Amino acid sequence: MITLENSSTETITIENVSRRNFLYGMLATSAFVVCARTSSLLAKAAGNGAPGLAASTPSSIGGTAFHPSVFVGIHSDGMVYIVAHRSEMGNGVRTSLPRILADELDADWSRVTVLQADGDTVYGSQDTDGSHSVREFFDVLREAGATARLMLVRAAAQQWGVPESQCVADPVHVVSDKNSSRKLGYGELAALAAKLPVPKKEELQLKSPQQWRYIGKPAPGYDVAEVCSGKPVFGMDVRVDGMLYAAIAHPPVLGGKVKSVDDSATLKVIGVKKTVAIDPFKPPHAFQPLGGVAVIADNTFAAFKGRKNLKIEWDNGSNASYNSADYKKELQQTARRPGKVVHTIGDPDAEFAKGGKIVEAEYFAPHLAHASMEPPVAVADVQGEKVTVWSPTQDPQGVQEQVAKALGVKKENVTCHVTFLGGGFGRKSKPDYAVEAAVLSQKTGKPVKVIWSREDDIKFDYYHSVAAMYLKAALDDSGKPKAWLQRSVFPPIGSTFDASAVYSGAGEMSMGWNVVPFDVPNFRSENGKAVAHVRIGWLRSVANIYHAFAVQSFANELAYAANRDPYDYLMTLIGNGRTIDASQKADMAAKYPYDIARLRHVTELAAEKANWGKTKLGKGTGMGIAVHRSFFTYVASVVEVDVDDQGTIRIPHVTTAVDAGIVANPEMVRQQFEGAAVFGTSIARTGEITATGGAVDQSNFNDYPVARMNDSPRQVDIHIVESTAPPAGVGEPGVPPFVPALCNAVFAATGKRVRELPLARNGFS
Amino acid sequence: MVHFKVNGRAQSFDGDPEMPLLWYLRDILGLTGTKFGCGMALCGACTVLQNGKAIRSCSKQMSTVEGLDITTIEAISSNGPHAVQKAWAEVNVPQCGYCQPGQIMQAVSLLSSKPKPTDDDIDTVMAGNICRCGTYQRIRAAIKEAAKETA
Repeated sequence: MITLENSSTETITIENVSRRNFLYGMLATSAFVVCARTSSLLAKAAGNGAPGLAASTPSSIGGTAFHPSVFVGIHSDGMVYIVAHRSEMGNGVRTSLPRILADELDADWSRVTVLQADGDTVYGSQDTDGSHSVREFFDVLREAGATARLMLVRAAAQQWGVPESQCVADPVHVVSDKNSSRKLGYGELAALAAKLPVPKKEELQLKSPQQWRYIGKPAPGYDVAEVCSGKPVFGMDVRVDGMLYAAIAHPPVLGGKVKSVDDSATLKVIGVKKTVAIDPFKPPHAFQPLGGVAVIADNTFAAFKGRKNLKIEWDNGSNASYNSADYKKELQQTARRPGKVVHTIGDPDAEFAKGGKIVEAEYFAPHLAHASMEPPVAVADVQGEKVTVWSPTQDPQGVQEQVAKALGVKKENVTCHVTFLGGGFGRKSKPDYAVEAAVLSQKTGKPVKVIWSREDDIKFDYYHSVAAMYLKAALDDSGKPKAWLQRSVFPPIGSTFDASAVYSGAGEMSMGWNVVPFDVPNFRSENGKAVAHVRIGWLRSVANIYHAFAVQSFANELAYAANRDPYDYLMTLIGNGRTIDASQKADMAAKYPYDIARLRHVTELAAEKANWGKTKLGKGTGMGIAVHRSFFTYVASVVEVDVDDQGTIRIPHVTTAVDAGIVANPEMVRQQFEGAAVFGTSIARTGEITATGGAVDQSNFNDYPVARMNDSPRQVDIHIVESTAPPAGVGEPGVPPFVPALCNAVFAATGKRVRELPLARNGFS
Repeated sequence: MVHFKVNGRAQSFDGDPEMPLLWYLRDILGLTGTKFGCGMALCGACTVLQNGKAIRSCSKQMSTVEGLDITTIEAISSNGPHAVQKAWAEVNVPQCGYCQPGQIMQAVSLLSSKPKPTDDDIDTVMAGNICRCGTYQRIRAAIKEAAKETA
């Protein structure tokens, strides 16, 4: 039995708990404060000297007997500690990444403790977006595991005085002598292994895929039991001794400034301490705070209530001219005129000039907000030159950099503890909210927790871009395109970092636009300019969303123009297996060629598993298909819909086929693609952010609805292609094909073509 | 001053009567398993039990809790994981996990009034709880799994 003191005068008693449960149990109470003050939330939680803990329990891998790399430590009691250096936001990295290392180490997964890393460049990139956790660290983590295993084997060989070749890590967590029944556990070998030189990469022998015990095998989430008990500490749950709570009134328009403020009613609210001005940013806004007035209080509610009572007159600045309806027309007009050429194949203009059957279509997709369930939140404690931040962040090193810059301290003096993230979707790789907490802690001299309300989250996001797209094709007699032109216009992500940026960067063009995976002899992609009036950011699968929507909807339109079955036509359009030049960087093109055979295969697989063409569909029902490659992963989805006379859409079934190369943990992959169908449902059904007079119109889930259980697909089936290709991304690629597949299904069911998202704009609900 | 119970323990409160129960639980008692998602009873992340029935704690003012018996996620597993929690783990429901305490409390409430819910029963009752990661199909499966155990 363990007893912890809780500051609210109750005593929490935890009985019969496993070690891991105990750690989380502590974190869930305010005893957590003790460790939070001194160390990272999860990694070092064991080290606070609470009664009942073994004195030798390490608080980080540095405290273990043997830690040959920054990713793994083995303690003399046999416990293996593996560092999760990337952020857990539902992407499964705290399970999938450690299991890669554990596999090469031949560790017993039940004797592995996962430690969450603070922000630190020793780990390489920790920026958990772009779906690259597994693909970037697969080899690194395997090598880290193999290094530790080899050293344990060598330690055993030395101990027994036998050749290294006679020793083997088998079955798990022990080294065995092949010529006798001798065995030594990893814990017993740790101290000796620690004295050996770390082997060179060339000495390592990585396992063959046939030998993998964890990689490619489904496993549930490492934290699942704790999550179900409400114990893990999310950013929203961090509590630090003496902490104040802050809510910030941000300028309603980007670039706005406070003209005057009357805080007299605010200061009368029970629990409000004071108000503090936050300076407006200097362009480009990047990750700087938006500025405004902070209300500092001794609890969250008082801060919110105090903020409501502020009377602020704003100078809205030049973005006050931003109105979504006018802006939409502007983008559409730009999309009708020649733009900047991105990629050309053959001579599309010559082919268009010949006349024949020409098909044109315009598509439009609005801004979107991330709306992760946990709004942005951060705690910062500035003590002179030293800063400690606790944040649900996708990019702890980014937090260090931005906080250092804002406060004028050294980056090394900023510690960033990464909490659990209540969703991220790209929002939490922008550390503006952590900078706000740091600025306020510096100004108040106390630890400060900045809490964004849902309204803050929706109104002051880094929005997914609004986009207008124009497509044109010249068809031959069989209905196949001889020439294809596509033009996309959207305020670029680059505008967040360079106020003058109006054209897309290479990144957004590579997301489903510079090339199409179709067998078209004459092709040109273009990009038109657009000025940003809100903060533009990246959201789960980024520009792929609107680009796949346009390209895959257009392909579907061409199928009907050719009087062909949409799946058959799509396969004709894709053409034979080949590699296409997608202007990838040479190393990426070598590792991840754009392989049309894989694209064909997922399309066939999705159609087959969905019984395409074999399912009898009644009135108001229809199937739609779409395929897209993003983050080097090939995904096809077939969506089945049922639309009633009132235009209410139900989605009984979704079939998704995925080729992501080698997958670390198929269970996590399934979750990601099941979730992508729901995320895509939100985008397609109702996702729309608009602005009037520069201020965002939406505010909460009433006017920015997201998919609920009854709106979402009833059944999503995921089919994962077995592959030996290098691991690719899985967090994002499920979203892009889902949206057009759904819209194509709506067309099949109703004859109504959706050229403008969301479906709610087209009379559907 | 209002008097009430949280997780079986007597409590009293004489602060701002407008304070929602959610922030009392989180900021005053330190029971952070109950989450903040919207503040308008739109998302269900803050779901707790009031005398055994699910309510949204973000929209329940402290002035109205006199005599109530409030149960949070922290208390449903005092004798080992609740059947709903076990089912949640078995189906591997959570992704980020932030909404799951609210989902679980809503499911506990559902099963207490309808031990054998149909798909439509589940959709109707659980529609008030948003999950942005999109775990709905597993939530539905887990509720059915828990229904087997509690039956």
